[in-house]
Amino acid sequence: MIRTEGLTKRYGPVTAVSGVDLDVREGDRYGLLGPNGSGKTTLLRMVLGLVFATSGRIEVMGLPVPRHAKRVLRSIGALVEGPAAYPHLSGRTNLALLDAAGPGSVRRTRKRRVDEVLDRVGLGGIDARPVKAYSLGMRQRLGLAGALLCRPTLLILDEPTNGLDPRGIHDIRDLLSELNDEGVTVFLSSHLLPEVELLCTRVGVMDAGRLVLQEEIAALRAPTGRIVVDSPDAGHALALLDGLVAERDGDRLFVRGTDVARLNARLVGADIRVTQIAVERRTLEQVVLEVTGSGADRVDRADHVDRVDRVDRMPGSLR
Amino acid sequence: MIRVELGKLVRRPRVWVSIGLLCLLPIIVAIFISTTRIAPPPGQGGAFLSAVLSNGALYPAAAMALVVPLFLPVATAVLAGDAVAGEATTGTLRYLLIRPVGRTRLLVAKLVTLTAFVLMAVVILLLTSFVTGELAFGSGTPGQPGVTSLSGTTLTPTDIALRLTGSLLFVTVSMLGVAAIAVFLSTVTDSPLGATLGALAVLVGSELLATLGAAGSIAPYLPTRYWLAWVDFFRQPILWRDIERGIGLQVVYVLVFLGAAWANFMTKDVKS
Repeated sequence: MIRTEGLTKRYGPVTAVSGVDLDVREGDRYGLLGPNGSGKTTLLRMVLGLVFATSGRIEVMGLPVPRHAKRVLRSIGALVEGPAAYPHLSGRTNLALLDAAGPGSVRRTRKRRVDEVLDRVGLGGIDARPVKAYSLGMRQRLGLAGALLCRPTLLILDEPTNGLDPRGIHDIRDLLSELNDEGVTVFLSSHLLPEVELLCTRVGVMDAGRLVLQEEIAALRAPTGRIVVDSPDAGHALALLDGLVAERDGDRLFVRGTDVARLNARLVGADIRVTQIAVERRTLEQVVLEVTGSGADRVDRADHVDRVDRVDRMPGSLR
Repeated sequence: MIRVELGKLVRRPRVWVSIGLLCLLPIIVAIFISTTRIAPPPGQGGAFLSAVLSNGALYPAAAMALVVPLFLPVATAVLAGDAVAGEATTGTLRYLLIRPVGRTRLLVAKLVTLTAFVLMAVVILLLTSFVTGELAFGSGTPGQPGVTSLSGTTLTPTDIALRLTGSLLFVTVSMLGVAAIAVFLSTVTDSPLGATLGALAVLVGSELLATLGAAGSIAPYLPTRYWLAWVDFFRQPILWRDIERGIGLQVVYVLVFLGAAWANFMTKDVKS
C-alpha cells in the first residue's frame, strides 16, 4: 500500500527523516511509534504529498508520489496533526464544503454521505452549533468523519485518539477495527504504546528520524523461552526446580522452559502454592525501549516512573 | 472549488462587516455635507463632493472617490492576505490539499473569489451611495435633468450609469494588483496579518514615492499611480490615456505577483 525507499527530508541543517524504508501492506493495521519529534508527522506529510522529500522514493498504491499524489489521494482519508475546520461554521457545513471542494463528489448524495460519516464517528445527533463551540474530542471525531468522507481504502491517521476520553478512545479503536475488517488499510502514528498494542498488527518504530524497527507485533511478542511464576513459597520452588530457575525477584521466579501446564502440575504436586503462572513475553514497551535506546535524557524521568508503575501493576510481563 | 470558495466568502461575517464599514463612510460624509451645506471647494477634498450639493446623482462617484484611496485597498489586502495563510493558520489548507484540491486550482479559486469580493463591495457601495445621494441631495432641479461633468458639459442618467460601470470595472482591476501582492505574501508566510501588512506597506510606500519629486522617474510604474484615473470617465470626452495605462500597469502587477505566488506555492512544504 505504502512503500518508501531511502526517504529523507532535511530542513536546512536539521534532518527530520533519514533513509526510511517503510512498508505498509494492504490490509495492515500499521502503527508507527516514536517519541514526539522523531519524524513521524514529517513522514506522513511526505506520503500525502504535503511536504516534498529531499531524496528517496515514495510509492502509494503502486503509484509514485508526489507525481501521482492527486490520483492516489482520492482514495485516502487522513488526519494530520490534529483536526481542522472553519471555526465559524457548523460541522455539517464544514464536511459539505470539504466534500464539494474535491473531485468525485456527487451533490445529490452529499447530505446523506455527510450524515453517514457523522453517524459512524458518533456525532449523528450534532446540532448546528459552530465548530468553535466543539470540545476537543468532538473536533477529533469531526476530523475522522472528514477522513471517511471519500470512502477511503487507505486511512492515514496521525495521533487519532488525541484529546479523546477513555470512552472515545475505545469507540475509535472499535471503528478502526471495523473499517479494517471491511478492507481498509489503517496506517496510524502514535506515541501511545497501549493504543498501538491493542489495535495494530504491525509496528514501525521511529527514533531521531530513522525507522529503527518494522515488524509484526506477534513476532515481537513471541515467548522468550521462560515461564514467570509467582508463589508465596518461592524458596521451596527454587529448591525443587534447582538449575531451571534463571532469576529470582522476591516471590517471582523466572523458570526456563515453555510448558506452563507441566511446570504448574509439578509445583502443585510438591505442595507449592502458585498465585500466577504464565509464559514470559516481552512487552511492546520493552521492545521499543530497546531499539530506541535510553540515550535521550529527556525521557529518563518518565521512563523511571513507567517502571515503578509496572511493578505496582504486576501483570506487565504476564499479560 | 470556485463555488466552494464563493460559498465560504458569503458565509464569512468579516466580509459583511468590512463591506458595511465601507458603505458607512460615504453615508456619514453625506449626512455632514447635506446638513451643513458646506462642500469642499472644487479641487480639494474628495472628487465630486462639490458637485453633489446641486445634484445627488453623482454621489456614487463621490463615494467611490472617498473609499478607493484607502478603505477598499485595506479591505482587499485583509481578505487577500488571508487567502492561503489563513487556511494554513486554521489548518484547513492541509485538508484541502489532501482532499485533493490541486494547488493551482486553489490559487485560481482564491483569486476569482477576491475579484468577486471587490465587485460585490463596490456594487453595494454604489447602490447604497445612490440611495444616500437621492435622499440627502435630491436629483437636481426639475428643469435641468442632466448632471454637469467635470468638463462642464451635461451628462444624462444613462451616461452616468455607463460611466459608473466603467469606473466599477477599472477600480476592480486596480484592486487586483493589491490582491496579487497580498496573495503572494500569503503563500510566503503562514501569518495572514503579516501578508496583509506587507501588502499595505507596499501601497503606503508607493503613495509616498508618488509624492516625492526625486522619484519621478519611477512614478509611472508605481502600483497606486493610476488608481484615481477612473475619474476621467466623468470628463467629456472621456480621457482614455490614464485609464488604459492604469489597466496595463495592473495587469503587469497581477501577472508578476501571481506568477511568483504560484511558483512559490507549488514547491512549498505545507507544514502548518
